[in-house]
Amino acid sequence: MSVADTPRREWLLSDQPTSRRQARLGQMYRTWLAFRQNKLAMIGLGIVLLLVLVAIFADLIAPYDPLISGDLRTARLVPPSWDHLMGTDDQARDIFSRVVHGSRLTLMVVALVAIIATPIGLLVGTTAGYFGGWTDTILMRITDIFLAFPRLILALAFVAALGPGIENAIIAIAITSWPPYARLARAETLTIRDTDYIAAIRLQGASSLRIISGHVVPLCLSSVIIRVTLDMAGIILTAAGLGFLGLGAQPPQPEWGAMIAAGRRFLLDFWWVATMPGIAIFTVSLGFNLLGDGLRDVLDPKGRG
Amino acid sequence: MSLTTNDPGGRSSAPSRFLWKVTKLLATLAMTFFGLLLVTFLIGRIVPVDPVLAVVGDRASQSVYDKAFIELGLDKPLYEQFWIYLQKVMTGDFGQSFLTKKDISEDILRVFPATVELATVGILIGTILGIPIGILAAVKQGKLADQMVRVLGLIGYSAPIFWLGLLALLVFYAKLGWVAGPGRIDIAYEYSVTQKTGLLLIDSAMQGQWDAFRNVFSHIILPASLLGYFSMAYISRMTRSFMLNELAQEYITTARVKGVPEWRIIWVHALRNAAVPLVTVVALSYAGLLEGSVLTETVFAWPGLGQYLTNSLQNADMNAVLGGTLVIGVIFVGLNLLSDVLYTLLDPRVRRRG
Repeated sequence: MSVADTPRREWLLSDQPTSRRQARLGQMYRTWLAFRQNKLAMIGLGIVLLLVLVAIFADLIAPYDPLISGDLRTARLVPPSWDHLMGTDDQARDIFSRVVHGSRLTLMVVALVAIIATPIGLLVGTTAGYFGGWTDTILMRITDIFLAFPRLILALAFVAALGPGIENAIIAIAITSWPPYARLARAETLTIRDTDYIAAIRLQGASSLRIISGHVVPLCLSSVIIRVTLDMAGIILTAAGLGFLGLGAQPPQPEWGAMIAAGRRFLLDFWWVATMPGIAIFTVSLGFNLLGDGLRDVLDPKGRG
Repeated sequence: MSLTTNDPGGRSSAPSRFLWKVTKLLATLAMTFFGLLLVTFLIGRIVPVDPVLAVVGDRASQSVYDKAFIELGLDKPLYEQFWIYLQKVMTGDFGQSFLTKKDISEDILRVFPATVELATVGILIGTILGIPIGILAAVKQGKLADQMVRVLGLIGYSAPIFWLGLLALLVFYAKLGWVAGPGRIDIAYEYSVTQKTGLLLIDSAMQGQWDAFRNVFSHIILPASLLGYFSMAYISRMTRSFMLNELAQEYITTARVKGVPEWRIIWVHALRNAAVPLVTVVALSYAGLLEGSVLTETVFAWPGLGQYLTNSLQNADMNAVLGGTLVIGVIFVGLNLLSDVLYTLLDPRVRRRG
C-alpha cells in the first residue's frame, strides 16, 4: 500500500466520522472490504465487468462482421481455429464475433428488465405494506396470481400474444419478474412502517407519498437490489430460452439462445455451432449468480444459508 | 353463518377453526383460479391476430365475417365475454385447436401423461440424489465435499437446460450410444404397447413387454436425468441449509452427550426434523419441473404438454397456448397448495398452532 493511500484509508475507516458523507463512504468502503474477501464473488464481479466491457467494445473485439455471411463455399461450418476462434456457422459467419456482439443483447435484456421490473415491484410492495388493509389484500392477490404461473410459461404466453421479438420478450420477462420484488418490498415495509421515526415524520405532516418515496423505498432498496442481482441469471436464462424457442430475438440478430437453436440442426456433425453460445450464456449467468451470492452475504447476513 | 353459531363466547372450538381454515383456503384458491382465468383471457384479448379471421379465413365475405363475429360473442361487452369464457372453461371447454382440429382439452389429456412420466422420473432422481448430497454437504460444512456440492449446484443454477440437453444428446446418444435418442419410444414398439395409464414405463411393465420397457427406459433416462439434475441442485441446497439448522440445535448436543452414534444423530434425529420442510421443497421442485419440461421436451422431441405448448406457439395457435398455460398454472397452484397442506399435516407445531 502506498503512502498516499494510508490517510485516506484511515479517514474512511474512522470511528468518528465528522460528516455524513464520510460516514456513508466509510460504510461503502467497509462493505467493499468484506466483499473483497469473498473470492467467488470477486470472480463473479469480474465476469460481469467483462461482459460490460465486451458489450461496449464489441466493434473493436469482434474480428468479423456478426451479421454478414462470409464466403459460403470455403468458410461454412469451419471448426474452431486461430482464424475463427469458435468456428463458423452455416452462413459462414464467425461465431466468436457473433457471441461478442450477442453480449450487447444480453446486457440490454438484463438492464431493461431490471429497470422496468424493480420500480413496479417496489411501488406495489411498499404501497401494499404501508397502507395495509384492503389495498394490501388486493395488491397482494394480484401479485399471487402472477406468481401462480411458472415464469417461463407466463412469459411464453405473453410473447405469443405480443408477437415474437426481443422488445416483446423484454416486456414479457419484466411482467413476470416483478412479483417476488413486490413481496420482498412489502415484507420490508411492514417492519419499517411502525417504527418511531416513521411516526415522527408522519407527525411532522409528511404525506403518504413523501413517506413512501423518501423514507420507505430507500430502506427497502438494498434488499430488493440483492434480489434483482440474484435474479439476473434467471432473467438471462429465460431470455435465452425464449430465444431458443424462436420467440425472442429474431434472426439474423446474434442472440445466444437463438444461436443455439440454429446450431441444433448441425449438432451431430458440427458441435461447435450450438456449444459456443451456450458457454457464453453459462459463463455470464454463473457470473451473476456468484456476484449475487456475494452481495447477499455481505449486505444481508440474515439471508445466508 | 354456521361458523359463528359454533363459536360461543368468542373461543372457537377445534372443528370450527378447522372449518374456518378450509373456507379461507378455498376462498383464496377460488380467487387465484379466477385471477389465472382473467390473465389468460386478457392475454387472449391483446393478441393482434383477428380471432374472426382465424375462424373464417381472410377471403370470407363481409356477411360471413359478421356472422362469425357475433357467434364468437365479440359484439358483447368485455365483461360479458369474460363471463362466457369462464363458463366454457369451467366445463373443460378451451375451444378448438387450429392445428390439430380437435378439442384442446382432448389434446391436453392425450399429451399430459408423457409429461407426468418424465417429471416423475426426474423428481425421483433429483430427490434420491439431492437429499444425501445435501446431508453430506451439511455434515462436511466448509470442507472439500461441501465446496463440490456448491459447485454442482451453481452449475445447475447457471446452465441453460436446453443447452445441457443438446450436449447430453451429443455425448450420450450420438458419440457413446449409451441411450436412445429423441422421442419417447421407438416406432418398432409404439403399437405393441396398449396405453392404459398413458405412462409407458408402467404400461409396458404391466403387459410384461420387457423389450419395450427397456426401450422406453433408454429413451426416458437422459431427459429425466437432466430434469433430475436441476431439481437436485435445488433440493441439495435446501437440504444442506435445513440440516445445518437442525444440527445446531440443542437436542443434537443432548443426543451427542448421551452417546448416540453420529450416523444415528444425522440420519434419524436431525433428518426427521429436516424432513418436514423438505417435503415442501420436493413438491415445489416438482412444480418447477413442469416449467423445465417445456424446454426439455422441445430438445428431446418428447410428446408432452411442453412440446404441445411450443408447437402451438410456433403456429400461433392461441387457443391451445392459453389452454396449456391455464392447465400448467392450475397444476402449479395445486402443487403449491399440496406442499402447504403437507407441511401443516407433518409439522406438529404448525398443526397445534392452528
